[in-house]
Amino acid sequence: MTRRRIRGAVALPALGVLGAVLFWGLSGLPPFGNYHGIYGFLINHRALPQRHTTNAVTATVFDYRGFDTMGEEFILFAAVTGVVLLLRKTGEEGEDEPPEEEVRSDALRLFGMFAVAGGALVALWLIAYGLVTPGGGFQGGVALASAFALLFLAAGYGPWARRAKDAALDPLESLGASGYVIIGLAALISGLPFLTNLLGPGKPGTLWSGGSLSFINWAVAMEVAAANVILYKDFLEQYIAPLARGRG
Amino acid sequence: MLVATLVPLQASILGLVALAATAVALCRNTLRQILLSGVYGLLLVLLFVVLQAPDVALSMLVVTTVAYPLIVLVAIARTRAGGVDGSDGDDDA
Repeated sequence: MTRRRIRGAVALPALGVLGAVLFWGLSGLPPFGNYHGIYGFLINHRALPQRHTTNAVTATVFDYRGFDTMGEEFILFAAVTGVVLLLRKTGEEGEDEPPEEEVRSDALRLFGMFAVAGGALVALWLIAYGLVTPGGGFQGGVALASAFALLFLAAGYGPWARRAKDAALDPLESLGASGYVIIGLAALISGLPFLTNLLGPGKPGTLWSGGSLSFINWAVAMEVAAANVILYKDFLEQYIAPLARGRG
Repeated sequence: MLVATLVPLQASILGLVALAATAVALCRNTLRQILLSGVYGLLLVLLFVVLQAPDVALSMLVVTTVAYPLIVLVAIARTRAGGVDGSDGDDDA
C-alpha cells in the first residue's frame, strides 16, 4: 500500500464518524430563524428607556455585562503582553535602526493615502457612534489599527517604523485598559456599585448617549487600537525588518 | 417566538460562502489562498448583514480583510526561502 492509501484508510473512518456526528447535530437544530432567547427581547425593549442608547448591543457589552467586558479587555491586554514578551529583541539581535525601505510607486502611495485616511475616518465614526449605530470600541479600535497598518502596505516599512513607536503606543494601551477600571472605580468611590453609570444616562441618538458608557467605549477603543498596532509592529519588526534590511 | 424563513438572498449568499470555503480548502498556492480567505471572509460579512447582525459583520469585516491577511502574509514572507524577493514576484505589496 502506498502512503496515500494508508492515509486514506486512516482518515476515512474518522471523517465518517465526524460527518455522522455533525449530521446528527444539524438534524437536531431548531428551524432557521427560530429564536429561543428571552434576554434579546428584554434588552431590545429596555435598552433605550433605561440606558438611552439606540444600539442595544453596545449597551449590553459595556453596561448589562460590563464587568465581563472588562475581563475580555484584559484578556486582550494579557495576550498582547505575551506576544511582546515572546517577540522581544534578544541581545544578539541588537537595537538596529529601522531599515529605510519605502514604496516608490506614486500610484500605490496615493491610493494608500486615501485608504489610510478613509479607513481612519470610518474607524473614528464607528467608535464615536458606537452607542447609536452598529459599531463600538472593539470594532472601531480594530478598524483604526487596520487603517494604520495600511500605512505599512502603502508607504513601506521605513515610514511605518518611524510612526509606530512604543513610546506612544504603550501609554495609549495602558491608559485604555486602566480607563475602564478607573470609570468603574469612580462609581465605587462615590459610594455606588462598581461601574455604575455616573454621568448617564445621556441623550439618545447623540454622541453623548449612554453617559459613562461613551467613556468606556472610548477607553476600549484606545486599548484595542493600541494593542493591535503593537501586535502589527512586533510582527513586522520580527518578520519584515530583516528582509528589508537585507534588500536595502 | 420569532421564526423567520430563509429568503432567496440569504440562501444564495450561504451557497457562495460554502463555495468560497471549499475554494480556500482546495487552493494550493499560499498567496492565492490568503486572498481567497479574504473573499470568503467578505462573503461571511455579507451573510451577517443579510441575517441582520451588523455588529458581527463589522467585527468580521475589519478582522478578515486587513488584520488576518496582514499577519499571515507577513509570517509567510519571512518563512518562505529567499523571502518576498524570491522568484514569486512582488508578493509583499
